[in-house]
Amino acid sequence: MRPLLEIENLRITFPTARGDIDVVRGVSFTLGRERLGIVGESGSGKSMTGRSILKLVRAPGRVTADKLAFDGIDLSTRSEKQMRSIRGARISMVMQDPKFSLNPVMTIGEQIAEALLTHKRLPRREVNDRVQTMLESVRITDPERVARLYPHEVSGGMGQRVMIAMMLIPEPDLLIADEPTSALDVSVQAQVLDIIDELVRRKGMGLIFISHDLNLVSSYCDRILVMNTGEVVEECKAGELMNATHPYTRGLIASIPRLDETRDELPVLDRSAWAKA
Amino acid sequence: MTALSLKDLDISYGDTQITHKVSLDIAEGESFALVGESGSGKSTVLKAIAGLAPRWTGEIHVLGKARGHGVDRDFSRVCQMVFQDPYGSLHPRKTVDATLGEALTIHGIGDRSARVEEVMGSVGLDRKFRFRFPHQLSGGQRQRVAIARALILKPKILLLDEPTSALDVSVQAEILNLLKRLRREQNLTFLMVTHNLPVVSFLCDRLAVMRQGRIVEVAGVDELKRGNLKEPYSRELMQISAAHAT
Repeated sequence: MRPLLEIENLRITFPTARGDIDVVRGVSFTLGRERLGIVGESGSGKSMTGRSILKLVRAPGRVTADKLAFDGIDLSTRSEKQMRSIRGARISMVMQDPKFSLNPVMTIGEQIAEALLTHKRLPRREVNDRVQTMLESVRITDPERVARLYPHEVSGGMGQRVMIAMMLIPEPDLLIADEPTSALDVSVQAQVLDIIDELVRRKGMGLIFISHDLNLVSSYCDRILVMNTGEVVEECKAGELMNATHPYTRGLIASIPRLDETRDELPVLDRSAWAKA
Repeated sequence: MTALSLKDLDISYGDTQITHKVSLDIAEGESFALVGESGSGKSTVLKAIAGLAPRWTGEIHVLGKARGHGVDRDFSRVCQMVFQDPYGSLHPRKTVDATLGEALTIHGIGDRSARVEEVMGSVGLDRKFRFRFPHQLSGGQRQRVAIARALILKPKILLLDEPTSALDVSVQAEILNLLKRLRREQNLTFLMVTHNLPVVSFLCDRLAVMRQGRIVEVAGVDELKRGNLKEPYSRELMQISAAHAT
């Protein structure tokens, strides 16, 4: 079977006063209908990698790749107009913070309907039914009432579920979730991730889960890429993360405090050891 | 001696009452954690102590002295707060030097240059950062500035509102180590709000679990490490935390 996504030698470059800087340097991976986690610290290039798949890296940033193909479509040659028919409909993205990513002057129902109507013409009754069903499937108990609310009238956790509903209603093949829960607190985090997980499995979609939280990624993904300074330093199955060999990955794991912590001091990454200038 | 004592604290925002009869005693030199989910009122308790949520009834005693509802300079000298988001809590158009020096000016303390350099040294910030603006610093460096700002008046008590939740794990480890070392060196008392139980396990001696504005359980950190919290709600929080541990 053809993989859903093939990326070979992806580079993203930004010009600066001191010359060009590569924020992503030769990243390659393929993705089937599976759950892939990308972990790394701020500045590791993980979000840029996610954005480049939707061609959302804005000028002056430049994206080059030997291959950037989604379901056989060569994304690098697509025009903006052609990309618009892919974004949302085939690949969609859940952003970090619902406070900044939802339209504050549209009701939740209208926004979710808009995501659907951008790609399909449907009778109003059917649109309403699908919005209600979608809100129910992200476990919103009173969908009719919530659909009439504005984003500022719901909590962060509910806002994030609304965003997931909006991203999944056109039934895309690939969902990119960029730190979908880091603006939420732990008890809600698990709930939101369970919803994503369930919907992704049920619809047989591919998922790219971008996060800085190793524990979270290893419990929700099948496979993990660890990124550091624009490069993939380690690739492993989620269950085998504890046997990771790269010093960067091992350093990250060691720096997380445990519930039964006995160490007096947490080990800190020695960045000079392996980071290339 | 008791560093911080709260008695029957009811805090309100407008007509909405946020906390109900919160009582706590924190000993001098102790590190105490308030845990709970969003909306449980844990940050509100810190805000009331710091004077940012002035509508409260009950008693707040700091090192034996009752705290009033208004701005209190003597109080600021002994008790300072570090906020969650280092991107939001520093003035974007003030240099590190101006941010740190402002507290000294307000309190009429001289010897400004030496004090600024001393406090930067104690939080592990190199001298070259002194005249930089927040946007020229990384998240971890900014949080160091925020901690330095709190420490420059040489307080006895630090109120920490989720001091590491906006940071990467590797940077979190650096800041946690820093807080631990500062507490040991300067004999500080910590009251920390967090939802991260492993952080509590690393940094704190005791914890209180809050839910819907009430304290449901107070326990020693050993109980947490052994998984011996009693209340069902505390156990629920512990299970969520354990489910994501590897």
